[in-house]
Amino acid sequence: MTQIDERAALKKFLNYLLLIVLAIIILAPFFIGIWTSFLPTMDIAKGNLFSTNISFDNYVAAFTKTPILRYLLNTLVISTITMIAQLIFCSMSAYAFVFLKFKYRKTIFTLFLITMMLPFEAEIIPNFATVKQMGLLDNYAVLIVPFLTSAFGTFMLRQSFMQTPIELKEASDIEGLNHFQFYWNIVLPYNKISMITLGAYSFLGSWNQYLWPMLTTFSNNSRMIQNGLKQLQSEETFNDWGMIQASAAIIVIPTIIVLFIGQHYFKSGMNEGAVK
Amino acid sequence: MLKTSTTDVVPEKNVQAKQRHGFRLTAKDKYFASIFLGPSILILGLFVFYPMFKTLYISMFLTNTLGKTTVYVGFQNYAKLITSPDFISSMWVTFIYVLAVTVLTIALGLLLANLSSQKLPGISIFRTLYSVTMGVSVAVAAIFWLFIFNPSTGFFALLSNWLNLPVVNWLTSPTNAMWAVIITTVWMHLGFTFLILLGAIESVPSTLYEAADVEGASPRYQFFHITIPMISPTLFFVSTITIIDAFKSFGLIDLITKGGPTNATNMLVYRIYKDAFYSGNYAKSSAEAIILTVIIAFFTLLQFKFLEKKVNY
Repeated sequence: MTQIDERAALKKFLNYLLLIVLAIIILAPFFIGIWTSFLPTMDIAKGNLFSTNISFDNYVAAFTKTPILRYLLNTLVISTITMIAQLIFCSMSAYAFVFLKFKYRKTIFTLFLITMMLPFEAEIIPNFATVKQMGLLDNYAVLIVPFLTSAFGTFMLRQSFMQTPIELKEASDIEGLNHFQFYWNIVLPYNKISMITLGAYSFLGSWNQYLWPMLTTFSNNSRMIQNGLKQLQSEETFNDWGMIQASAAIIVIPTIIVLFIGQHYFKSGMNEGAVK
Repeated sequence: MLKTSTTDVVPEKNVQAKQRHGFRLTAKDKYFASIFLGPSILILGLFVFYPMFKTLYISMFLTNTLGKTTVYVGFQNYAKLITSPDFISSMWVTFIYVLAVTVLTIALGLLLANLSSQKLPGISIFRTLYSVTMGVSVAVAAIFWLFIFNPSTGFFALLSNWLNLPVVNWLTSPTNAMWAVIITTVWMHLGFTFLILLGAIESVPSTLYEAADVEGASPRYQFFHITIPMISPTLFFVSTITIIDAFKSFGLIDLITKGGPTNATNMLVYRIYKDAFYSGNYAKSSAEAIILTVIIAFFTLLQFKFLEKKVNY
């Protein structure tokens, strides 16, 4: 009996050891990045990573000497507007596909599915020409307007809306609710989790944009954070690892916090919307 | 609590229509449909459908430096591409990258998900830690790893010095640069893949494992004969997502290698961008974009086929 206990204990120990080693490997880039963000660049350049000259100097420098706050503000505004717009327009079109009967419904839905097959990356040439003609270059609008809605979001919400009990529709018909009221007062609250999932998804999607803002913005007034980081990193005066790491840390810490808070929703939502 | 709106009082004559509202075609539905669908159709039409046809159109012409189409050449741009060693090498590099990223991400994601699906005290801490890379954006991932790969002051260089090993030139040798991009991509994707696979593993009925335990099946046997078959739909789903994402990779390449050294990481999307916005060769770039579209469409269709089996629509 004790032998079995010992074996079980050893197995448990090895399990934890493996779990910890893997966690260390996965988190190592964070630890290294965040640790060096507290070190003077001189020490980093000398390879003295165990330096004890820890300070917030790099952070102060990043905030005062670079436009990183402006980049963050731009990105926050653009991502928030994109998120709200997608929540509205995707839920509206999803509602139409689930609760409205109209001609060519199937055809239009198929067209939505087809747009999910067309990568935005392959359409940058005409899209660039379009936004240039609309006079949107180097402006918040150019980073928002093409992403006001998404076929994926519509599809995801449609799957979720279809689970709304038919009794709710019948009850609201008896109450005399029109489609706007049913949509706003019943369907949206009922599908809160899917809405939150889509919200997080579209916010992060916008936050992580890279190629499109790189093509369409040229000044700090509208540059988004990902491209801003590249800008800082490639500027000659900014060959300063300590400050680069600090700027990366400034950006990553808020998203990690949001992620921890939203993790529950992410997990259940992604499995529901995508895989179920 | 149902709010009533004053703007939409149902007129008398609509009472009948309301009664047979159910799921019948009504004039009212048509009106609502245009309001609910209009904005999305407009945006998708302008920024997805129109540009697709336009790209296809440009790809069949020669273009001048302003991007204006000049002479119709049919499929000649495509013929030129598939006979150009440069393009073939690009496609080759892209395929290797996609394959390596997909295999490694799925394998590691499975390992992590399987380990942390065990019922151990404190396991939720590990679940949180493993999903952390979901919060990392392209630029941050690139900066963290650029520091690690840096040949003079980077972490790997320091490690090699301490261990008295030769320093590897991560970003100047073609093979290593490819690995650098692959490692960074896998690291970035891992959190998401892990979470999805964990969700799938957790939804496998525990009675299956209990029965296997009674039969004395080893954990290894249980993993390959219960877990893997039970989560195979999810495995398929994450694989196609990873493949599609990898084909569309741009940010990490621009930040880490810029397609170099000597085009070793010059993948499809990077090439589309450079041919159009650096070289001004819009026709060539458009043809490449159409090839990318065909590839992405193929894998998305595969995914739909899978969804069709799982969901009714």
